Amino acid sequence: MAQITATEVEMVQALDAEGNRTPCPEYDDALSTLGAADLRRMYQDMVLLRRFDTQATALQRQGELGLWPPSLGQEAAQIGLGQALRPQDFVFGSYREHGVAFSRGLQPADLLGVFRGTSHGGWDPQKHRFHTYAIVIGTQTLHATGYAMGMNLQGRVGNQDPERDVATVTCFGDGATSQGDVSEALTFAGAYHAPVLFYCQNNQWAISEPVHTQTSADLYRRGEGFGIPGIRVDGNDVLACWAVAQTALEKVRSGAGPLFIEAYTYRRGPHTTADDPTKYRSGAEVEAWERRDPILRMQRYLSREGIIDDAAETELEERAEQFAAEVREACKAMPDPAPADMFSHAYREPHLLVQEEQENYLAYLASLDEEDEQ
Amino acid sequence: MSTAPTEAAEFKLPDVGEGLTEADIASWKVAVGDTVTVNQVLVEIETAKALVELPSPQAGVIEALLAEAGQTVQVGTPIVRFAGEGANDDAAPPQEDGTSAETPAQEQQGEEKTGNTLVGYGASAERRRARRRRGREPQPPRQTPSEPDSSPGPAGRADHDRPGAETGARSGPALASPPVRKLAKDLGIDLREVPPTGLRGNVTRQDLLDYHQRRQPAQQVPATAQPTSSAQTSQTKEETRIPVAGVRKATAAAMVSSAFTAPHVTVFLDVDVTESLEFLAELKQEPVLAHVKITPMLLLARAVCWAVGRNPMVNGRFTEEQIILSPEVNLGIAAATERGLIVPNIKSAQQMSLVQLAEALAALTERAREGKTTPAEMKDGTLTITNVGVFGVDSGTPILNPGESAIVAFGRIRRIPWEHQDQIALRQVTTLAVSADHRILDGKEMALFLSDIGRALADPKVMLL
Repeated sequence: MAQITATEVEMVQALDAEGNRTPCPEYDDALSTLGAADLRRMYQDMVLLRRFDTQATALQRQGELGLWPPSLGQEAAQIGLGQALRPQDFVFGSYREHGVAFSRGLQPADLLGVFRGTSHGGWDPQKHRFHTYAIVIGTQTLHATGYAMGMNLQGRVGNQDPERDVATVTCFGDGATSQGDVSEALTFAGAYHAPVLFYCQNNQWAISEPVHTQTSADLYRRGEGFGIPGIRVDGNDVLACWAVAQTALEKVRSGAGPLFIEAYTYRRGPHTTADDPTKYRSGAEVEAWERRDPILRMQRYLSREGIIDDAAETELEERAEQFAAEVREACKAMPDPAPADMFSHAYREPHLLVQEEQENYLAYLASLDEEDEQ
Repeated sequence: MSTAPTEAAEFKLPDVGEGLTEADIASWKVAVGDTVTVNQVLVEIETAKALVELPSPQAGVIEALLAEAGQTVQVGTPIVRFAGEGANDDAAPPQEDGTSAETPAQEQQGEEKTGNTLVGYGASAERRRARRRRGREPQPPRQTPSEPDSSPGPAGRADHDRPGAETGARSGPALASPPVRKLAKDLGIDLREVPPTGLRGNVTRQDLLDYHQRRQPAQQVPATAQPTSSAQTSQTKEETRIPVAGVRKATAAAMVSSAFTAPHVTVFLDVDVTESLEFLAELKQEPVLAHVKITPMLLLARAVCWAVGRNPMVNGRFTEEQIILSPEVNLGIAAATERGLIVPNIKSAQQMSLVQLAEALAALTERAREGKTTPAEMKDGTLTITNVGVFGVDSGTPILNPGESAIVAFGRIRRIPWEHQDQIALRQVTTLAVSADHRILDGKEMALFLSDIGRALADPKVMLL
């Protein structure tokens, strides 16, 4: 299997795999605005995200979740984007955007509900400006494009008002780019000049399909024919991801039209807990990407810069363990929804047919209880 | 929903793969008495999809492991019991076969205790009980005199003591999944006679197999057998029962399919390999080969590739309409691993230099040993070598890897008296065997192929020809 090394793929990078700060001419100005507290927060968020993710994977193995899609390895791509967002921006993601979700103020229990089967969505998308996870591959790119076209019509773009102008973001994977939905979204976004950022996390694998069997072209150039410029960033470099996303989001808010970012990263875990990646890829490939770990390189950089020390590391470790314990408790404490709940979200207004179906179903359940009491 | 204080004292086998109903216990990572931490790996299980490690849901001391390695366990069955304040004294003791034998009363109790955590997202206890009642219609007792165990007495197993468990054939269809129905049909068993233990009153595969095993001796007991026979059987030693699962199951299916599809013929040849062993010893001194293992197996692999070039039919596969000759020799190497026999193959082995072949052999063996062989490595093989000599035997009549036309067995190399230059000398001799598919190859082709391999092993120089 072909091994791809950092030097072979041209992409924006600010930290190399060893955590050395590399020159990044176009983005050095933006990066210089980051203070020690910002950098520490990026690092901490990545560590907490990983601890959350490994705990959620364990919960699935313990029978507490029906399924879990791990984000292991994609922390930098998600936290970098998350921290570049402004409160008024709106994100439409896939089902693996746990890091972006946390940056929108969502709590572990919010994310776990769907996978525990206690919720159909999990949160109020408007409140968090973060849509519920899209399970259907690529569909969220259309939702985002439509939303962005609406923002255009409402005049929420290009007012040179960074507090008010809205960027719409859609997160999707390399596999989604093979879906018709994504091409349709690119078509409309390009034609309507929609203020949407296409943020593609190329994690190299669409379940068992490697990216090179899906396309022979670079993904970041996918938008060009639709009139959407693209850029590739090292998705395991949180600084580069933040800088590229932050710059792109500003352009989108300013009315420059849609943009495409390919964050070049790697899914180190299974596609979901229901598949076995050892059956379709080599251990050597996974190990090669472990050496490019996003958290490790940031840790090396921050230690060298004196922004974190051993005491801070210990504290963070304890915090992560405490966080994991809270995740376990929050998961197990989630109440089972009442059977009638599933009918209550179908329509906003009362609906005769749904009401009838609800009554029939509740009557059926009641009849089972009666039978039981006999 | 009730939450008794004893809840979570047991860890039930979860569905780790979206709709799986069972898994095999591959290996335990903890033992009774061990103190474990949250998320510490307890056990490795093998599902239809993957090998998966299960982390502990709680900290505590392992009081009991409720299933054995190799056993197939239904999702939702307790597999670990924790000691301490969560200990569940009511839990039924594990049976010889590892399944818990609960009386109906205990079953209901257990269900209430854990109704909301069956596999994390199951139905509530009340709901399931309601369904189960509907699944289990009142059963008219029916005597089956041919069942020796049905007589009351200490010899019967716990679940035989359950009143009516064995003897009731229910009216109406029995609940069971299609594969279980198929198996019942194959075994000639009326599902309605099998006591169900499934969550919905359904007959599980294990129920069926248990019933089948109990029925076996019953059929062999002569009609005149005295009732004392059950007391006698209780004194005989327990049989060891190894579930057929995982690689064993796959091997069994492949061998049956091959043995009863391709008419096998095996030919043998003894070869003096003394000079080749000396040649291999010389090769080891070559710097370019310093990093690889130079073994007789390597030489045989090379010899087989060479012989295939001279006898291309052995690399073919038979279909009803045509014989398809592969341009590549994808050389399968039968590997005995902890998990059983697997046959990964070296793709395009005929194109490889000796160094490449040695490297490929080493890599293949190592991955097989580590259990990392991928399905791709096991696909598209054209011809196989099985090295039975490493187990100390002279030869064998190997069964073809399904879809292939020939398999070469490599016997042990032993020092025996042998005619050498008109004298009796102690020589290093091995026995080669080739089993082949007689639909493609006649005796002549098989013999020519084997004698070519033999020539190359006796004198590797012929491969230069």
